[in-house]
Amino acid sequence: MAKTLEEINEKIRRGEVVVVTAEEMVHVVAERGVARAAREIDVVTTGTFGAMCSSGAMMNLGHSKPRIKLGGGQVRLNGVPAYAGLAAVDVYIGATALPETDPRNAVFPGEFRYGGGHVIEDLVAGRPVLLEATAYGTDCYPRREIATWFTLQEINEAYLLNPRNGYQNYNVAVNSSERTIYTYMGTLKPRFGSANYSSAGQLSPLFNDPHYRTIGIGTRIFLGGGIGYVVWQGTQHSPATPRNDRGVPIAGAGTLAVLGDLKTMCQRWVRGASIRGYGATLMVGLGVPIPVLDEEMAAATAVSDADIQAPVVDYGTSYPEGRSDVLAYVTYADLKTGEIEVQGRRVPATPLSSYPRAREIAELLKAWIREGRFELSAPVARLPGADSGLLAKPMPNHPPDRQAPPG
Amino acid sequence: MRVSHRIVLHFPPAVTGQPIVYRLVRDYGLTFNILRASIGPEEEGLMVMELSGDEEAYRGATEFLTQHGIQVQPLLQDIRKNDERCVDCGACVGVCPTGALSLERPAMTVKFDADLCVVCGECVPCCPVRAMELRF
Repeated sequence: MAKTLEEINEKIRRGEVVVVTAEEMVHVVAERGVARAAREIDVVTTGTFGAMCSSGAMMNLGHSKPRIKLGGGQVRLNGVPAYAGLAAVDVYIGATALPETDPRNAVFPGEFRYGGGHVIEDLVAGRPVLLEATAYGTDCYPRREIATWFTLQEINEAYLLNPRNGYQNYNVAVNSSERTIYTYMGTLKPRFGSANYSSAGQLSPLFNDPHYRTIGIGTRIFLGGGIGYVVWQGTQHSPATPRNDRGVPIAGAGTLAVLGDLKTMCQRWVRGASIRGYGATLMVGLGVPIPVLDEEMAAATAVSDADIQAPVVDYGTSYPEGRSDVLAYVTYADLKTGEIEVQGRRVPATPLSSYPRAREIAELLKAWIREGRFELSAPVARLPGADSGLLAKPMPNHPPDRQAPPG
Repeated sequence: MRVSHRIVLHFPPAVTGQPIVYRLVRDYGLTFNILRASIGPEEEGLMVMELSGDEEAYRGATEFLTQHGIQVQPLLQDIRKNDERCVDCGACVGVCPTGALSLERPAMTVKFDADLCVVCGECVPCCPVRAMELRF
């Protein structure tokens, strides 16, 4: 018999809710079957922890005396440029922003020791951050320069606003070229010397709700150790990506745009990261609870690593050129053995996203729900699904010197 | 004057098939003591050794090694894993040539076995959260 979300929330309030992690649900369904699991389990918790470049923090710094209009000016936080093209003291710092003085890849491969992601980690850790800004001055905002230390708790709003997190599946990266390459998928040894993957597999949120039945706009989530919300489909949301028999996409597909109060987060789940030769970024902890409304959701949340295929893509040749030719499909169960087979070669496989941390997030979320500290929210609107036909498009290519603008 | 140095040699894949250490003995009269080695066909190789002999000959030997594309690095460091910083992502495991960094299955936590480490230092810049530290 189907349950409603309100019935599940009532169970949470009464302390009677039954919650398992997505990893545990695999065994629950294997032992009890889908029908019994649907009756007995109310919520399945998921989790993922890894580098998510499309992340950043929106802040309102409060007004200075005399006033300064940062909008249209230049703002640096601990030397890292922040975006100020907003109202007077609203500032957004992106995870991959770098100080002008960072050598980047001038000495290859660059180290990218400190960037926007590290600024966000410092804020969350409660460490003072240095604001330095210049502005052009107006009658109402006369000040042209400012420099001040501040901490997260001293400013008005501060929220993580991540345009793309929680990718539903991702490439497995290999390198067929003759040299070691340094990519956002980590360091890849030459001649298929290594295969790197970056998904929590069976614990990852969108694998457990492949058609976005319960995860939608307004879904309450675990974000960075605090509570956040899904606010939109993420950028590059591609629900029409081909799917397997279970409805699970066999390549990067759905994504989530998420938001959460930075002031409730903790450093364990918001970590600045440096990807050698690639750039700075932010490691984010994300967890989504999935209500087991009926047998369909019980079956979906029972997805295991063996049921999920990922495409193996060559980052030494085709990927940089903008193609993503698939060399092979492997399952996350294959990947987790530590070795995969790609076109007859045996290739060592290692992860880039932390499976132990993903499991810890799912366990934390489970504890929050059991203790009545976290109720589930119904989406107020659904994310575009497979039937939308939506696929991420390449960048338009209309060079201005060659032809008139389109339209 | 007689000298003795502990060094780390990085062999590019093309060189691992050549009898390099033999040349150090025959051409430069050095004595060697291999402390740790990880060398296989068509792979980047690593060797930690103590080289002793005449100072002039030692200098010539290091020039010979460098000319053959072998990077020579003094061994005066130690690698540590800072468990407070480590997030168990696994990025270091793929670059570690000796298996000193490995994943403990099925938990998938990152394990560091200092006895297998040859102090090549590859893990240090590859760790996204700077949990691998070089200590001098």
